[in-house]
Parts: sequence; structure tokens; C-alpha cells
Amino acid sequence: MSTFAEILLNGLSLGSVYALIALGFVVIFRATEVVNFAHASLLLAGGYITAVLHDDIGFWPALVAGIAGAALVGAAVEFVVIRRYRGSDHSVLAIVTIGVDILLTTELTRRIGTDVLTLGDPWGDAVVSVGPISLAQTRIAAFVTAALLITAFLLVFRYTSWGVAMRAAAESAETAALMGVRLGRVSLGAWAVAGGLAAVAALFLTVFPTPGLERATSLAALKAFPAAILGGLDSTTGALVGGLLVGVTESLATGYQSDLTFLGRGLGDLAPYLVMVAVLLIRPAGLFGTKELARV
Amino acid sequence: MSEVLHRDEARERAPRSGLHRIRLVRPRVWAWAVAVVLLLAFPFYLDRFWLEAGLFAMAAAIGAIGINLLTGATGQLSMGHAFFLAVGAYGYCVLAADGGDGLTGLGLPTWLAAVLAVLVAGLAGGLFSPISGRLSGAYLGIATLALVFIGQHIMFNAHDLTGGANGRDVPPLSLFGLTFDDREIDVAAVPFGSAEKLWYAGLVLLAACALFARGVLRGRPGRAMNAIRDHRIAAGVLGVPVARHRAAVFVLSSMYAGLAGVLLALVFQRTVPDYFGITLSLDYLAMIVIGGLGSVSGAVAGAAFVSLLPQVLTRYSDTLPLVSAPGTDGIAPGEAARYLYGAAVVLVVLFLPGGLTGAVVRRRARTRSARTHPGEER
Repeated sequence: MSTFAEILLNGLSLGSVYALIALGFVVIFRATEVVNFAHASLLLAGGYITAVLHDDIGFWPALVAGIAGAALVGAAVEFVVIRRYRGSDHSVLAIVTIGVDILLTTELTRRIGTDVLTLGDPWGDAVVSVGPISLAQTRIAAFVTAALLITAFLLVFRYTSWGVAMRAAAESAETAALMGVRLGRVSLGAWAVAGGLAAVAALFLTVFPTPGLERATSLAALKAFPAAILGGLDSTTGALVGGLLVGVTESLATGYQSDLTFLGRGLGDLAPYLVMVAVLLIRPAGLFGTKELARV
Repeated sequence: MSEVLHRDEARERAPRSGLHRIRLVRPRVWAWAVAVVLLLAFPFYLDRFWLEAGLFAMAAAIGAIGINLLTGATGQLSMGHAFFLAVGAYGYCVLAADGGDGLTGLGLPTWLAAVLAVLVAGLAGGLFSPISGRLSGAYLGIATLALVFIGQHIMFNAHDLTGGANGRDVPPLSLFGLTFDDREIDVAAVPFGSAEKLWYAGLVLLAACALFARGVLRGRPGRAMNAIRDHRIAAGVLGVPVARHRAAVFVLSSMYAGLAGVLLALVFQRTVPDYFGITLSLDYLAMIVIGGLGSVSGAVAGAAFVSLLPQVLTRYSDTLPLVSAPGTDGIAPGEAARYLYGAAVVLVVLFLPGGLTGAVVRRRARTRSARTHPGEER
């Protein structure tokens, strides 16, 4: 029973990190209707900046620099690439982000090489034990940070004028523009926020028990895509639920791997995708996504 | 005054434009003839490195035509193309191997194995049809991402079928008593190894695939596919069965990918799981975007660009600036190629909609209209 509880809690913590990434992904989609396939490389950029700087300036300033750097990269992508596109077909823009992803990932993996970089976090491999259950401190930190950030984001999204502007732009870009919402700023902001969230997620994807930042980290970040899709691309609630669902399934599949050996090793990495396919079979628009309606 | 001169010039040119048009047809025919002769003659003159590079490009072109039918012509984004390539490659190995290396092998005649491997890839695409028929755009893109990871999982774990991480050897194809292996046959005093022999098989396959895809695109199915891409609801109202077409194109596209996989396996002579990762899927998307979405020639041009670029950079890495030989510090040729075509994807979409072939077509249209209406152009 205690193993089950541990696995579940670890899963929730991992899921909250995925939710952070998926949230950024959904924010970009709502603000600009662009599916951002470069999201994993934004995450890698944030993680890399933190990893390189933490030796010289200490962990916390490095983390802030990482967040700012990833936000800047996100904003730069929006400003240099997305804004230049004058067509109306948003699936073409999704392909542009694939090009951006190829560029960023090649550069970052070339710099990382075969190294495993540590991010110099203060938690190390310390473990907290409550009764029979023991959890890594990093996992608790991940869950608390993600919960705080997500709450803060949802409050901002709901009550500040920036949030209202963003929701208005998502509802109807044209009307919002007529009401004085500056669409360029809204989408720039969305990309920057998504980059920042991804950088925080990068930290928690690379701390204990994972060895550190390496090439494969971007593969871990890709699991936020199924999270966003199975929740519904245009729903922030969906991103949270999807993230948690993906995290818990992955954790369960990894935890009970020894009982599932007939399915092969490394099932945990596959679980998010299997859950996504299963959900899409039943609900093609995702769990919380708005079903597409059209007036002819 | 200048107005009058214009008209005079126009009148002078008018009869000549007819002549131009006749000449316009002929250069194209000539270009085709020269290209065919060159392609047929390459195995006699080029060394193995370039022949293999060309064969990769041909295999990539077949796969790219397939994904262009799906993503370019029907607007269904697929990031799972690598999976179907893997199904083709491994399917061929499993069906054709004789089980001598301890792995499963059915020992079928190799030509039959190749055909069946393509059908198996199609079947795999068909199994995905509940999703591929209902989803579109980015949703489908991410859903097909699942295929790549499922494929990787199977390749690493189904050891009996795939040989695990080490991969497995590919039995050489034999057709009508001719075996495409490294036993050399002398043709006109040139020793023909596997690359030379496969070159012609690749050319025939590519030509057949290109013609078939062109037929699909120009006929009723192609119009239906374009209608679905441009306006799904309108297409449905016009009587196009949207879900069935989407699923059917997905199957066709996966069969093209399967064939590309078989050809790649024959060229490599060994299949390894690492090759069929997410990067490969992205490469194929890059190919069709750079070449031009929705056309056969675009797919071929893009495939040639993306798959020959790393080879060219590798071969000339000592003479090129900024690129260094693999294994040393600095930018390796493979990485340099990825920078180039990553940037090419972005630039093409932003500034050259329609890709390389689209630019050529527009240019040709412009010169033609300039020739027939010289006055308007000025």
C-alpha cells in the first residue's frame, strides 16, 4: 500500500510538471492559434541557461536567468518568425515552429553534447519520510512550485487586464482588436509566459531522481504534448487534468514495471501516448476541449 | 511618345511569341531527356558514396511523396511517418530472412516479402484509421507522435522480430534471378555492386510512385483531398466522404512510407531502431515544406535537398568554411545540414509559399505572361 501511495504521489508531482509545460502550450494556442512544436526546445533552452550559469552566480539567480532567458527566446520566436507570417492558415505556422524546433534543438544538443549537466538545485537527493511513505524533497518542491505557479497564472488570467485581453483575443481576435486590445502584445506575452513556465518545468524534469539535463530531456518534455491534447488544446483546465493524468499513468507504469514485463521495458515512457490514443478514440476533441462547431 | 513605342514593340514581338512557345515546350522535353540519360549513366561514373547518397534521396523521395499526399494535399499533419518507414524496413526483414541469425524469419521469396512489407505498412496505417479519419491538423500531428514512440518501444523490446537495439541484417533482394547484393557483375567493364544494381531498382520504383501519386492528385481523389484540406465542411456538403478519404489517404501515405523503408533497408543492409526516431519524421516534414506542399515534384525536390545536403557537407567538410570533420570540435556536417534546412523551413514558409517548386512555377508563369502580354508587364 505504501508503495502505491509513493508511486501515486510521485506521479502527481511529475504530472504537475507536465501540467506546467502543457499550460504554456495551451496559452500559446489560445492567444495565437499556433500549435507550438518548438515548446520542448524552449524548455531545453531554459534548462541549459540555468545549468551553465549556476556555478558562477549561484542557483537562484541562475534559475531566474534561465526563466528570463527562455521567456526571451519564446518572445523572440514570436517576434522574429510568427509575426512575419501574413497568411491565415495556422497549420502552416505549426510547421514553421517545427523548423524553429529543428534549429533550436540542434544548437542546444550540440552544446550539451554527450554531457549530463546538473542544475545545482539546493535539494539534492534528500528524502522526506512521513510514516511508511518516503518522498524525495525535489518531488515535493516540484509539486508545490507547480501548484503555486498554476494558481497564480489562473488568477492573473482571470482578474488582470492582461488576462482579460488574452481571453478576449482568444474568443475573437477581430473584436478584441476593435476594443483596443493590442494583439501583438498579447501574443508576445503569451510566448514569453510559456517560455518562462517551460524553464521552471525544465528544472524539475532534471533534478533528482533524473540524472540531469541531457539530450533526452527534450524527449521527456514532449510528453506534455499528449497531456495538452488529451485535456483539449484550448482548455487550461484540460492542460492541468491532462498533465496529472499523464504523470500518474507514467509513474504507475514505471512503478509496476516488474509486474508488466510481458509488455517490455521502458513502458513508462510510452504510457502517456497510450493514454492519449485511448482518450482520442472516445473523445476526438480531448476531455475538456470545445467540440468544433461550424455555421455553414 | 513612349506609349507609341511600346505598342510598336508589342506588335513586333507578337508574332515572335508564338515561336517562343514552340521553343518553350522543347527545352522541357530536352531537360527531361538529359536528366533521364544522366540518371541512367550515373552508376557507370559515380563512386559508391554518391550512389548510396542518391539511393537515400530516392527512398526519401518515395516517402516524401507519400507524406505530401497526406500533409500537403489533404492537410493532415503527420509526425508518425518514421513509424511506417520502420514497419516497412523491419517487415521486409522479418518476412524475407531465413531465420539463420536466431531471429524470426519467414523465409519468403524476397520480392514477395517486399510487396507484403508495403502491405503491412498499409495495414498499420489502416489500424490507425479510427483516429486518422476523425482528427485533423495539429491534433492528428500529436496523435501520430504516439506512433513513433510505440514503434520505438516495439523495436527495442520485440527482440525476436527486430533484434533489439542492435537491429538486424537485411537479406538482399533478388528479382528474376538477379540478386541485389555485393557480388560484383561486370557491366561494360564497370563492376556492379549492390549500390549500382539497386540504383536502377530505385529509379524504377521512384518513377512508378511519382506517376501513381500524380494520377491520384490529378484525378477525382486528388480534388476531393484538396477540397478536404481547403474546406472540410464544404467538401462534406459536396458529397465527399471526409472521414473515409482521410483514412484512405493515411493508408496510402503509410504504404509509400513502407516502400521507402524497404528501399532504405536494402541500401543500409542493416536496420537499427535509433534511425527511426522523431527526428526522421521531422526531416520528412521539412522535405515537403521546402520542396512545396501538395505536389509530387515538390516532394522529390525537397527530399533531394534534405537528404543530399548532409552528404555533400560531409564530403566537402575540409574545404567548406564553418564546417568541420565529424568527431572534431566545431559544427559537424550533419548539424550544419540541420541548421540549414531548419532555417530553410522557416524562410520558405515565410517568404516562399509553395516551396522551391512553387517558386519555379510562379516564375515560369510570370515569364510566360510577360511574353504574351509584354505591354502589361511594364
